[in-house]
Amino acid sequence: MEPRLFAGPPAGSGPEPLADHRARLGSRPSGAAAAATVPTLEASGLLGRGGAGFPVGRKWRSVAGQEGGRPVVLVNAAEGEPLSSKDRTLLRLRPHLVLDGALLAADAVGADRIALYIGTAQRDAHASIRRALAERRDLNVAIDLHAAPDTYVAGEESAAVHFVNEADARPTVTPPRPYERGVGGRPTLVQNVESLAHAALIGRFGDGWFRELGRDVTPGSALVTISGAARDGVREIEIGTTIGELAEQAGAGTTARDRQAVLLGGYFGGWLSTERGWDVPLDPIALRAAGSAFGAGVVAFLGNDRCGVRATSRIMDYMAGQSAAQCGPCVFGLRAIADATARLATGRPERDDLERIQRWSQQLAGRGACRHPDGAVGQLLSSLRVFGSEWEVHQRRRPCTRERVAAITPARNREQVA
Amino acid sequence: MSPQILWFATRGAGIVSLILFSAVACLGLLAVARTQSARWPRFLTVELHRNLALLSIVFLGIHIVTAVVDPFTSLGIGAALVPLASSYRPVPVAFGVVSVYLVLAVIVTSLLRERIGHQVWRAIHWASYAAWPLAVEHTLTAGSDSWSLWMLAVQGTCIVAVSAALVHRLTSGGTNRSRLAAVTGGTADPVAVDPAWRNQ
Amino acid sequence: MTATFRPRPTARPDRPAGPGPARTELVVDRIACDGFGMCAELLPELIELDDWGYPIVAAGGVPDQLLDHARRAVAVCPVLALRLARIPAAPVERGNAGWHGNRPSSVRG
Repeated sequence: MEPRLFAGPPAGSGPEPLADHRARLGSRPSGAAAAATVPTLEASGLLGRGGAGFPVGRKWRSVAGQEGGRPVVLVNAAEGEPLSSKDRTLLRLRPHLVLDGALLAADAVGADRIALYIGTAQRDAHASIRRALAERRDLNVAIDLHAAPDTYVAGEESAAVHFVNEADARPTVTPPRPYERGVGGRPTLVQNVESLAHAALIGRFGDGWFRELGRDVTPGSALVTISGAARDGVREIEIGTTIGELAEQAGAGTTARDRQAVLLGGYFGGWLSTERGWDVPLDPIALRAAGSAFGAGVVAFLGNDRCGVRATSRIMDYMAGQSAAQCGPCVFGLRAIADATARLATGRPERDDLERIQRWSQQLAGRGACRHPDGAVGQLLSSLRVFGSEWEVHQRRRPCTRERVAAITPARNREQVA
Repeated sequence: MSPQILWFATRGAGIVSLILFSAVACLGLLAVARTQSARWPRFLTVELHRNLALLSIVFLGIHIVTAVVDPFTSLGIGAALVPLASSYRPVPVAFGVVSVYLVLAVIVTSLLRERIGHQVWRAIHWASYAAWPLAVEHTLTAGSDSWSLWMLAVQGTCIVAVSAALVHRLTSGGTNRSRLAAVTGGTADPVAVDPAWRNQ
Repeated sequence: MTATFRPRPTARPDRPAGPGPARTELVVDRIACDGFGMCAELLPELIELDDWGYPIVAAGGVPDQLLDHARRAVAVCPVLALRLARIPAAPVERGNAGWHGNRPSSVRG
């Protein structure tokens, strides 16, 4: 596949300077031409790349059509998902593509302000964007840079808006959603950096060009972050590439038996066994049908010598700790579930632990102000499906079939693990 | 109208007001402390608290109107509306006047709760912690028979009841909200979350 | 702590509101809610409490014959976390592929 977002200089050369970017891609559409990109985006079928997969063109149209002041564009690069590094990599290597997308969005929806929301720990990304902003002469709107807290929920759209408004990166109660009332009470387009980069290219080359890629149902290319028992890194893939193909390219084995399972989407995503998933296309629709999710493009391979129950329990512990601590069901529910999965993982379960985590999980859906508990629980339920027999083994206090239980300690804060 | 009747009405309504307000204060404290039992559901505490508060306003109104209208007291409308404007025991009457204003603020904001939102309502509701002691002070110092045995018993019971409720409220552990952050368990450093993801 | 007033188990677990006819729904402000639980005492047909005292509201809206009880439950909440919302009839929506089947109303973009 010809790279699109990563076309241009190789990764080792650092941020692409403005001159090279312009030489390669020409200048961006602006003004009236920019406004005309909304139907093009809709026709392209571009879905948001932040995790929820909402159609980008439709989102721009909703924001443009709101009353309540001139809109604001919030460029979301908080990337709180620990397994994902595509957004910071994109900012580091192609800052001008992202800025093109943001300026295009601002023109298209009539915004007079762009808020760049980048995770505090992403120093390279911050440096790259600052340098890129200094290079440009076509900044026709006010641009402000915000350092997002490095928490999991900071990237949730109402949390991002809340931070820009009041320096508090916790989700708020919706309605009203940001597209209706967000930054400064104005309609706000919260968009992931990768989505904006794709939009910048679609704005130049059209929807037909975008749809030339895409092997299954969903068109285009996407960035994925590979980790686990594979060669770590960010890659651009054609949507619809199967998990098996990606595994082979990323050194995660050549057959389904070489790995046990894969976690897709992120800590809020879903597990898939390699047996079932090897030939499943990396396409949001196919993955949802298979009980998983494309999410933020995370592809994490679990080796055969690792225990899925333990991996899941550590994810649940992290997700419980990352609750914004605003809603009782999320706080108490996730913590109870995390503690129960930890007991199961370390071979000291209580009699009803497995039954309880299923009951609590079913009760938790939709009962927080944001979708953090839903995501965590969805990942857990997929783990129960994929590693079902191993959960039973742990509940019955039989020896774990994958790892020595003595080597496992539950992770809390900064405890070491064998 | 016999002046005796007005005088009895003023004192009677005043005492009933004190008893009702004390009950309202107890119920309010018990509601926050989430008190309940097998035969006493929580909603009863809250609804009784609100209904008794409205009832006590009625008796408060009778107490004030009869006191002002009574030709044998030198209390005019000014004394009822302006603290320290009374020529009869100005400070004790002032306690009552201020207490009434605080109570009115609490009642009015409570009736308009849905319009003003929870934060504003709650901030003003704190005034009740001042209104009740002022009412007790007023009863003790402005009343003509506060030091009779039966009145001491009534006032003593009110004070004991509200104090006990206050102690219960302070020792009942606070709201859930104050505990939420502690329960989540802090945040694990994402890099250390699971070395399994660091394998090649 | 468990609620002393255990409602009859007619309430179904919370599901995100989906398409359907116009109806009145009980909406909980999940951030304001502090688990007082009086709503469940007054409307056990539609609200039950989870293991920590927080409300689980049955899906499908409030039937007409329970509207008065629902209004009383809304009024009793000490933190104004419960409200009645009139939801207009909504058509079936297609197109959100990235999430689990839960309605993806938290959009990271």
